[in-house]
Amino acid sequence: MRSAFRGRGILLVPAALGMALVVLPLLGLVVRTDWGGLITHLRAPVVWPAIRLSLITTLTTLTLAIVLGTPLAWALAQATGRLATWARAILTVPVVLPPVVGGVALLLAYGRNGIVGAPVFEAFGWRIPFTPMAVVLSQLFVSLPFYVLAVEGAMRSIDRRYDRIAATLGASPLRVFTRIALPLAAPGIAAGAALAWARALGEFGATITFAGNFKGRTQTAPLAVYIALQSDPQAAIALSIAMLAVSIAVLGLLRGRWMS
Amino acid sequence: MSARRNMGSFGSRTATRLGAGLILAVVLAACGSDSSGTSGSSDTTDADAAASEQTTVTVLAAASLTEAFTSLAEDYEAEHDGVTIALSFGSSTTLAQQIAEGAEADIYASAGRGALDHLPENYAADGGEELIAHNVLEIAVPPGNPAGITALTDFARADIDTVLCTETVPCGRAADEAFTKAGITPTPASREIDVKATLAKVALEEADAAIVYKSDVVTAGEIEGVEIPDAENVVMDYPLVWFNTDPHTTGFAEFVAGEQGRQALTDAGFTLP
Repeated sequence: MRSAFRGRGILLVPAALGMALVVLPLLGLVVRTDWGGLITHLRAPVVWPAIRLSLITTLTTLTLAIVLGTPLAWALAQATGRLATWARAILTVPVVLPPVVGGVALLLAYGRNGIVGAPVFEAFGWRIPFTPMAVVLSQLFVSLPFYVLAVEGAMRSIDRRYDRIAATLGASPLRVFTRIALPLAAPGIAAGAALAWARALGEFGATITFAGNFKGRTQTAPLAVYIALQSDPQAAIALSIAMLAVSIAVLGLLRGRWMS
Repeated sequence: MSARRNMGSFGSRTATRLGAGLILAVVLAACGSDSSGTSGSSDTTDADAAASEQTTVTVLAAASLTEAFTSLAEDYEAEHDGVTIALSFGSSTTLAQQIAEGAEADIYASAGRGALDHLPENYAADGGEELIAHNVLEIAVPPGNPAGITALTDFARADIDTVLCTETVPCGRAADEAFTKAGITPTPASREIDVKATLAKVALEEADAAIVYKSDVVTAGEIEGVEIPDAENVVMDYPLVWFNTDPHTTGFAEFVAGEQGRQALTDAGFTLP
């Protein structure tokens, strides 16, 4: 017991240094903010279209993540074979992939010469890059895996006896999913949704590579921060503070689950 | 049980020592580079006398100078043993802001003079400034010009995707100026973060046309250029700024402004002042 404490003094140095590395940039943002003029800076023309677009696209992304990701998570939670292992591994790729590489991959898939984009362009004349749709596809690529992996974990921990008993009582697989899996995995779904939404809101690299940057159409809040920093730094800082506030709010929502 | 605990405490102690060593190494490295920088400027101004030391010259340059400066840096390093030219390319505005925020830089080259406003005041007080090149705008199109782009008016067409640099970077401001001169309101699909990102959209054939610098079209290879008439075009100045008079800072600045620099810049599609 005692030997565990002996090292504490010297360990405090790297520990404090590690903490400082996280705290100092946040402190910089807060200290350099012109709090008195915050409202004025938030009225800069670059800010509102970016926030509006970010809200619309991230909520669309979140809806699609829930609609597509929940059944996917359920399928993965029930599967045991090799295929499921591979599917899980592939889903982890966007989590570790640099987002800008994701953007290049998205261009090669949905771009005008992409494996999906080219036939779509041929058939309907639709161009996916440079549209809000491209923003949503970028956000989905990076955030859907977060959602699926979080929900799958929650569903996997459900006692299998519940759905087996439900099945022996004659419940269809769909009924088992909606009446057993969904309610029992609800906390996991909420946490996964919050994580996925935060990840989508912060998405920068894939968006600027694949969707481009146009005010009101593809310029999301993180892109607006980057662009505004070149012309109106205080507007960029104000927008950063707004996003920091949102991030803290999401953390607050997650508190009950991960930080008791 | 107790053996394992001992192992555990030994492990954490080793990690702490490793950590302390790492910090020490970082601090030493920082001191090292600092002292070599000052000693270079204190007693000798002759580039060759300092050549035996390891010196790094940090150069921040506009994205459009990528090809010219990369080859010039290689040539300079080949001629001077122990000298490393550390190059960083990006939007002139972003680079100037990074310098104003304290980023280490010995030399800065900007596309246009507008970005110089972002540098600290009296930025050339300890060094100097020289105009090294001019650049004009050109329309970049994918090989074969599939959309049949002929002039700036095509940027108002609704049936094609065009891209421009964003308004806050020099190539974007210059493009806007050209459209104002031509009396055209463009309808771009995107305003990209810098000139290379703009060009990339054409290279990937996601955009049918973009406005970039002539030098970008010349150095891009596959891409084709459509010239913009002088009356609608915008000439950009490329000032070179050096912030100190360390031997290899002025050495590389003179190299860029000199015969070999002029040749490299001409090859890259720039015109000379």
